[in-house]
Amino acid sequence: MSLADAFADGPAFVPYLVAGDPDYESSLEYVEALERGGADVIELGLPFSEPIAEGPTIQNAIVRALEGGMTPERYFEFVEDLDVSIPVVCMTYYNLIYRYGDAEGPRPFVEKAADVGIEGFVVPDLPAEEADPLREACDEFGLDLVFIVAPTTRGDRLDRIMRQVSGYVYVQARLGTTGAKSDVSDQTGSSLDRLSDYDVPKAVGFGISSGEHAERIVRGGADGIIVGSALVDIVAQGYENDESAKTTAERLETLAHELKSGAIDGVSQRPPHSERT
Amino acid sequence: MSVDGKFGDYGGQYVPEALMPAIEELEDAYERYVLNNEDGFMDEFRTRLRDFGGRPTPLQRADRLSERYDREVYLKREDLVHGGAHKLNNALGQVLLAKYMGKDRIIAETGAGQHGTATAMACAHLDMPCEVYMGERDINRQRPNVFRMKLNGSEVNPVTVGRGTLKEAISETMRDWATNVEDTHYVIGSVVGPHPFPSMVRDFQSVISEEARTQAREKMGRLPDAVLACAGGGSNTMGAFAEFVEDDETELYAVEAGGSTLDVDEEAGVAPNSASLTTGSEGVLHGARTRLLQDHDGQIMESHSISSGLDYAGVGPELAHLVDTGRVTAVNVDDDHALTAFHRLSQMEGIIPALESAHAFGYLEEHSEELGEFVVVNLSGRGDKDLESAIEETYERDIDIAPNMDEFTGGL
Ligand SMILES: Cc1ncc(COP(=O)(O)O)c(C=O)c1O
Repeated sequence: MSLADAFADGPAFVPYLVAGDPDYESSLEYVEALERGGADVIELGLPFSEPIAEGPTIQNAIVRALEGGMTPERYFEFVEDLDVSIPVVCMTYYNLIYRYGDAEGPRPFVEKAADVGIEGFVVPDLPAEEADPLREACDEFGLDLVFIVAPTTRGDRLDRIMRQVSGYVYVQARLGTTGAKSDVSDQTGSSLDRLSDYDVPKAVGFGISSGEHAERIVRGGADGIIVGSALVDIVAQGYENDESAKTTAERLETLAHELKSGAIDGVSQRPPHSERT
Repeated sequence: MSVDGKFGDYGGQYVPEALMPAIEELEDAYERYVLNNEDGFMDEFRTRLRDFGGRPTPLQRADRLSERYDREVYLKREDLVHGGAHKLNNALGQVLLAKYMGKDRIIAETGAGQHGTATAMACAHLDMPCEVYMGERDINRQRPNVFRMKLNGSEVNPVTVGRGTLKEAISETMRDWATNVEDTHYVIGSVVGPHPFPSMVRDFQSVISEEARTQAREKMGRLPDAVLACAGGGSNTMGAFAEFVEDDETELYAVEAGGSTLDVDEEAGVAPNSASLTTGSEGVLHGARTRLLQDHDGQIMESHSISSGLDYAGVGPELAHLVDTGRVTAVNVDDDHALTAFHRLSQMEGIIPALESAHAFGYLEEHSEELGEFVVVNLSGRGDKDLESAIEETYERDIDIAPNMDEFTGGL
């Protein structure tokens, strides 16, 4: 299934987890639990040692995954071992993509990703200005390249990004780093307004942690919600409390259900189209 | 020199989208105020560097070293800049620029604490609030500098992730910037990071070579055969080299920290050195493509040096490019030789150098014969901040020129 298809019927729920957090086997179960909970796409983090866009929750998950032995090679095996039918988007930092394989540049990584069935990429430290080599490799192998649009992205920059984006656009709900928050930022609404003329699915992320948030974001016009830290928190708690992987997986599935239901409820509450614009 | 932020294949702007508008704004400010002296920015900068910073610094003949090595050895005395290191040249420039840009909050990272103290001083001087991120391990290694920052009214935020050194502090400062980008300027401490930082920091630091070049002509009637500078991120290095780059008769040596060994433990992800020019490979870190200490997969390795200011897994992109093109020679000096050079300069010239700067003197000791008749060493900072570490490190070694250490078993 392509990314576009995943957004085709109803709001998409896009969870994020770090592959291999806290270990390979449990992590496989966790991703599978998210699909059962209603995930439409999975953003699967390949851990990098210097995650500059990440808040403490995901930084710690990255440390756990790296200590558990996750590497780019293992990550590709992980994707092959995953028993899910939803599309997988690889989220990682550019150096790992750039360094992979023998040849210069991002092509070997993209080729391998295509080979194991990855559908696209999100690369938080790769702005549109530096993205040509990765964009070309993605085009060659038929993968999508998702870009992040920040609350600070306006005018010409927005156009430049939206010309390059494919799959969906990642609307960053607030300034800062990733991390679950107890409220939804009001920066989201104005970001969605700026994007309303562009015909690409808009998935909102950064800070969403409950079904109620999901509902409000979708009611505000988002085509999907991206949730990372709130889910990673469950993995962290399970790890710290020595929970069985099965229990943690169940808790992930429950929160996934809540988020997905919230997103669906949000659609039915949308004001009539004319009022929104 | 680059205007598009690329130095060969190096450089660029690899940062989160949220920061790009701020970086574009900074590029614009750099071009207007720094390159074109709009509103007299550079005039004010130079005046403040003189009156507050104590510039120009002398180019001093080192009499006993000259005798020892049988050639003319001159010291560019950046240790005499206010604050005790070259770092103020950059910090003052950037904090002033932030003021011209209408920003009202400053953040910075620091390793040795020298850039943090320089930024704290500049912020107090220019009345700007300042927060400095510093790795927990460095906070413990550099306590006097932590206190100096606080005395100047800055907050010091400990960074506990990873090994708690400069690399983690930079990552954490970038996170703060991404959160508060609209009113905050990030004063980066070396010629690293996304464009325009590497060019801008070089321009603020190039006052070192501008002065040294004129002073060399005055004192020796000619340009030096060699200029030596230690290289962490490479700001004192680029500052000492910039005006000599076109002078083919002057050889330029970037002296990196060889740490305990140049061998790398891939398994543990540790490079027990900070020699990214000598042993690193190309990659992307902290906003730029450059040479890095990284493992086979591209994970950044933990670096090591006896001097926290050199303890970094990357290096400035322009310096990496100048090494690739052969204009700059990258060499390295290990912990032991740097510490020995620290003691030697203290005894022979009455100058206690920063452990960072001591690396350049370590190279002079080993290779003076290859350096020509007239050598300039950039003495990037003074060693007062390093006294605690010098005691500890001297204890662990058998350095025959070190003073008797018996009184200092308990530290200072
Ligand atoms: C005295 C001194 N020299 C050199 C350095 C290394 O930095 P750079 O390579 O940017 O000059 C530092 C860094 O803290 C320093 O304090």
